[in-house]
Amino acid sequence: MDVNTKKMKKNAFRVTKHRGFTASRIRVPGGYLEAKYLGMIQNIAETYGNGIVNITTRQGFEIPGIKFADMPKVNELIQPIIEGLDINQEVLGQGYTASGTRNVTACVGNNVCPYACYNTSLFAKKIEKAIFPNDLYFKVALTGCPNDCAKVRMHDFGIMGMTLPQYDKERCVNCGACVKACTKKSVSALATVNCKVVRDAHKCIGCGECVLNCPTGAWTRSHEKYFRLTIFGRTGKKNPRLGEDFIKWADEASIIKIICNTYDYVKNYIDPLAPGGKEHIGYIVDRTGFEEFKKWALKDVQFPANAEINTPIYWKGIKY
Amino acid sequence: MGYCLDQAGFNQILNEWSKEYFVYAPKLFKDGGSFSDTDRIRYGEIHTVEEIVFDRKSDYSYKEILLPLSQTLFFFTDDMVKEADLPKKGAVILLRSCDLHAVKRLDEIYLQNGCEDYYYKRLRDRVKFILIGCQHSFENCFCVDMGTNRIDNYDAYIEMKNGEIYVDNHNDVWKPLFTTYSRRTPEVIPAYATENKTHIHIPDGITPDIAHSKIWDEYDSRCINCGRCNFVCPTCTCFTMQDIFYVDNGKVGERRRVWASCMVDGFTDVAGGGCYRKKNGQRMRFKVLHKVYDYKKRNGYHMCVGCGRCDDICPEYISFSNSINKLDAAIKEVSINAVK
Ligand code: HEM
Ligand code: SF4
Ligand code: SF4
Ligand code: SF4
Ligand code: SF4
Ligand code: SF4
Repeated sequence: MDVNTKKMKKNAFRVTKHRGFTASRIRVPGGYLEAKYLGMIQNIAETYGNGIVNITTRQGFEIPGIKFADMPKVNELIQPIIEGLDINQEVLGQGYTASGTRNVTACVGNNVCPYACYNTSLFAKKIEKAIFPNDLYFKVALTGCPNDCAKVRMHDFGIMGMTLPQYDKERCVNCGACVKACTKKSVSALATVNCKVVRDAHKCIGCGECVLNCPTGAWTRSHEKYFRLTIFGRTGKKNPRLGEDFIKWADEASIIKIICNTYDYVKNYIDPLAPGGKEHIGYIVDRTGFEEFKKWALKDVQFPANAEINTPIYWKGIKY
Repeated sequence: MGYCLDQAGFNQILNEWSKEYFVYAPKLFKDGGSFSDTDRIRYGEIHTVEEIVFDRKSDYSYKEILLPLSQTLFFFTDDMVKEADLPKKGAVILLRSCDLHAVKRLDEIYLQNGCEDYYYKRLRDRVKFILIGCQHSFENCFCVDMGTNRIDNYDAYIEMKNGEIYVDNHNDVWKPLFTTYSRRTPEVIPAYATENKTHIHIPDGITPDIAHSKIWDEYDSRCINCGRCNFVCPTCTCFTMQDIFYVDNGKVGERRRVWASCMVDGFTDVAGGGCYRKKNGQRMRFKVLHKVYDYKKRNGYHMCVGCGRCDDICPEYISFSNSINKLDAAIKEVSINAVK
């Protein structure tokens, strides 16, 4: 059997432990999928795979037990899924054209969750559109609020929804619910002064607990959606660590721009000898220094007026 | 007398009214809901008919115009007191039948229950009411069973049909305005809900013993004592006082009155640390009986007008109407226990 494994991997087929058998990976940006595609996935698994579908940790599907020879046929069958999910594709009908940049994952977001500060699925799709396909190893995840159910701090780019709470003191009856919620469930940014509520703008993480708990609507959400961007969290063998806060009160456009800029930075600085052309961005930043990264990342980025940039950043994590 | 106006015509009238009145109606507050990308319908000042939300129930009632959530009554310093100014204009309030019935409850408490409340009266005297027709009932409404689905003591009645506004005017002062801006003068008969999906039955024979029923216990854990049911209610009238000294100048301050809720912590706290209704079930009992029992004992009619807003808003899906419907069983339960 003569198969180019490099090409195959780039095409989102895995080299598995079973010789001659591969697994097809289907990306679902934001984990948001019309149910009709499940039938197509079932069909592939039962026609060319071993009848099993693995739900991946990155919200995709992995269909194992596919013979190498059947890869073109599988690519034919996944074409409607690729088109239906509006995935960028360089060559029509040839499956996924890269796999380095991983599926953009997201928690369920405000389609369902009361805590979520925005539509995570929509923003995930927007980011996917801006960055895929690309061979560079990027992991991006989105979560609706600082509860971080999507564990975005373990990603290169973690996006956390925020709302800028708006206070109408004329509607406040001093019931104390917001202060209690912020103190017990969040960061104690609220205090009662003269029977009205005062918010410590610097402390506030925009979780929206105050809004959720206010029975009169004295607290409401800002019309604008805001985000916290955490950077260069990672798992892995060498030095796993949590992402640190980079920008607070960022908007969609600035986040997309920062991620795109980072591709340029990585292209320029990635270790040419990195095994498999894969290097966690964080290690590159460890090498060039944070300031160099920042210079590239913030190029031509326009932030909202209230954005806070956290600099310099030092990461912790486990070292061996 | 009935009038039919186009939207531009009605907006002319709103414009005329604005010289003398603030006009308040249910309107949509974009992104004003608790959850992201959700709106809120509550009362606000309007300038055009397009801003009025006719097809949904408002989450909060008109009450906040007559009885602001937080109202500064006066300012004080060492030896002087200055009363807070009245709003610069009177108010025209658009509201549905249940809410207009609720005004009677507010009046009862603030004007007829002992001495007149000065601050309420000075606002109330300058308010006109326009009834919004209910072509159908909304979710959780039980106005029919409460007898609050119809009313005729309005200044004017309004409904929107096929982009036209139909008005029945009772206020002679407004007659020239409507005559000038209307296109036709059809007969206009107020629409009202004749049928609700939700039904309640308030039994006779409630006695104070009902406090010992077990029906209240489930609310100990179900209710989170947030007070939303009181804050949305068009008939809740409780308030508390705040005397504060300004942070910048401790010699000057103000007295405010703000809404209070019998469901929220602190309502029954008294000097010395006493608290009379600690459990949420006890608070629920107090609220329910206040709405459909003891208020009536004093005033001859029920406080609750069946708007259903308390059911609409409860984050824990506690149904007030359903709690009323448990009273029958509760009466039996406590009477059997009494015999034992
Ligand atoms: C000179 C004697 C007293 C004065 C001047 C006085 C004054 C007051 C005032 C002003 C309130 C209203 C507080 C509020 O609404 O925030 C009140 C409430 C109350 N008082 Fe007194 N009181 C006196 C004696 C007593 C005594 C001897 C008792 C009981 C043995 C009592 C029991 C209560 C209770 C149960 C309340 C209602 C609690 C509440 O609604 O917060 N009081 N009193
Ligand atoms: S948004 Fe969150 S952190 Fe900020 S004040 Fe409200 S509850 Fe506190
Ligand atoms: S929850 Fe709302 S009403 Fe209660 S104290 Fe906070 S802002 Fe005021
Ligand atoms: S009944 Fe519902 S709305 Fe009322 S206090 Fe309890 S939880 Fe809040
Ligand atoms: S108790 Fe509930 S149904 Fe009755 S008037 Fe108040 S909010 Fe409306
Ligand atoms: S006691 Fe409770 S139910 Fe009655 S009017 Fe006051 S807040 Fe409303």
